[in-house]
Amino acid sequence: MIEDRQRVSLKTLPDERGYYGEFGGRYVPETLFGPLLELEEAYGALRDDAAFQAELGALLREYVGRPTPLTEARRLSDACGGARIWLKREDLAHTGAHKINNALGQALIARAMGKTRLIAETGAGQHGVATATVAALLGMECVVYMGCDDMARQAPNVLRMRLLGADVHAVDAGSRTLKDAINEALRDWATNVRHSHYLLGSALGPHPYPMIVRDLQSVIGREARSQCLAQMGRLPDTLIACVGGGSNAIGLFHPFLDDDTVEMIGVEAGGEGIEGGRHAARFGDPQRGRLGVLHGVRTYVLQDDEGQIALTHSVSAGLDYASVGPEHAHLRALERARYTYATDEDALEAFQALCRHEGILPALESSHAVAEAMRLSTERPSDEILLVNLSGRGDKDLDTVTACIEGGAL
Amino acid sequence: MSHNGSRGIVAIEGAFAAAARQGRAALITYLTAGYPTQEATHELVRALLEGGADLIELGVPFSDPVADGPVIQQASQQALEAGITPSSCLSLVAALRDQGVTVPLILMGYYNPILRYGPAAYAARCAQVGVDGLIIPDLPPEEAQPLADACAEHNIALVYLVAPTSSASRLAKIAAATSGFLYVVSHLGTTGGAHDLEPALVAQLAEIRRHARTPIAVGFGVSRPEAARQVAQVADGVIVGSAIVERAACGADAVRDLVSELRAALAH
Repeated sequence: MIEDRQRVSLKTLPDERGYYGEFGGRYVPETLFGPLLELEEAYGALRDDAAFQAELGALLREYVGRPTPLTEARRLSDACGGARIWLKREDLAHTGAHKINNALGQALIARAMGKTRLIAETGAGQHGVATATVAALLGMECVVYMGCDDMARQAPNVLRMRLLGADVHAVDAGSRTLKDAINEALRDWATNVRHSHYLLGSALGPHPYPMIVRDLQSVIGREARSQCLAQMGRLPDTLIACVGGGSNAIGLFHPFLDDDTVEMIGVEAGGEGIEGGRHAARFGDPQRGRLGVLHGVRTYVLQDDEGQIALTHSVSAGLDYASVGPEHAHLRALERARYTYATDEDALEAFQALCRHEGILPALESSHAVAEAMRLSTERPSDEILLVNLSGRGDKDLDTVTACIEGGAL
Repeated sequence: MSHNGSRGIVAIEGAFAAAARQGRAALITYLTAGYPTQEATHELVRALLEGGADLIELGVPFSDPVADGPVIQQASQQALEAGITPSSCLSLVAALRDQGVTVPLILMGYYNPILRYGPAAYAARCAQVGVDGLIIPDLPPEEAQPLADACAEHNIALVYLVAPTSSASRLAKIAAATSGFLYVVSHLGTTGGAHDLEPALVAQLAEIRRHARTPIAVGFGVSRPEAARQVAQVADGVIVGSAIVERAACGADAVRDLVSELRAALAH
């Protein structure tokens, strides 16, 4: 396998059919197939277009505030007692999460394609906020679909989106979370495809979305890699990131794929534990997490024996999703990355630990990655370096965390 | 193998040909299997036949029907809650065949339950119980190979869709790949609603006609007899779904009346 990687870099994927090994593809209603081909073609031209890249680069610098810092978590590492933990600070990007990297890039692509309206789904609300933000910046119309349950638990982000001028639609179907918001966004896109772009927020869905989102998020890994060399004088031993759809994780991992010494760990939402099924661990639950097709892509999907999509649970809305990006499924099949999970309780503990030891409020999503880093630090020697993608800040989660503290979960 | 050699693609093509001999378009009607109940589905199928349906689509409920509008979404959800499964849909077809129902039966459903069942096993089971064709809205020809091979082996039609956004080259490709008939999506969006025949569709149908080796049927948003009559002048078949599912909640008589009206609109 190592030899194979040296011959053909994993960075060359997907293939021309949008596959990463046996995962990926375009399983969409015919109405959307043509628009996906148009998007692929437009992106193919823009990716190598100097003017497009210059505009994106300038906005990332001057509007988003990139590069985001790399911070050593000294007191947290000391408290864990082993391997040193470093944080890639996507929480410091404008709007408070990595989602803006993708939203900005796709909005520029949409504008170049002559689209005037952006459609987005959102779970935690961070992608919805990012899309509403770039819509305001570029003077485009914006519609965001969000599950009713998520609107309740991420109320501050709903308010932010509305202030930014977005039209936020509540989705009261199925699990009333991210999955159902994506269904509704796809229906809107099929109806308004002539002038609308579906600004999908994670590295999932039909080709070319997993590729576009990964490319746009890879700025995280490119920066982190050179920052590691500059600040530590070497590459990290281990990369750790939470995985809902998987955009922050693939954005961190991708630029390191040819660095064979660098271990990669994705952390799924273990919810209340694997046993009772109340979780979102597609890889972590071999009983329910099976090869399937959801939202246009062939990948691992939590489902029942009849192929109906399972309802999921996580304390973090952004990880509460039944499917996972196809490139993660492929990296796992190749054993290039491994995937584990952190429970709600683990994440809430990590949330508090980072607050108290470092003065940083992480998003509950990112807290899953912090939890794994804390666990791993106790097992690994102090000359090892664990790099965590701190994908977002936690201000949006204060109501949820407060309720958990008052409910005695902490 | 199927019950007899006259099922599958042959049965579907035969139903279109029979309607054509009467100088009219075929009427293809849709029900969500198990809605409002599994027992009611039997009665509703009889109502479709009494009303004059030429072919029947049975919707296999799925938890995340992205191509469907609110009516079929809700019916699917209710049927799932009542316990319908892909296997019970197949049993339903078997029961209808045992009762002597000979009309072409086509299952319309999403790909994930079929993938879970196993495409080859699914096609074999479809042939065994007397299913004539499959419509899978989220399975374009590019991704269909394992299932398409299994359907071909069992003489089951795999009906592909074309849409207003399909390019000329895709129209040609899909028209060549489909079997039984070609499903033309009449407008942008999801199933349901009420739409009149758009000039762009008439132009596209002329283009489709140049490539088609099968009958052409138009669906999505055809709900009223007047719209059915317009579509029947430019296509070989008219597909009505949400409007019938909406009536299904009111009982078999309401469904029979609507189907009779639609059928009358197709007569010359």
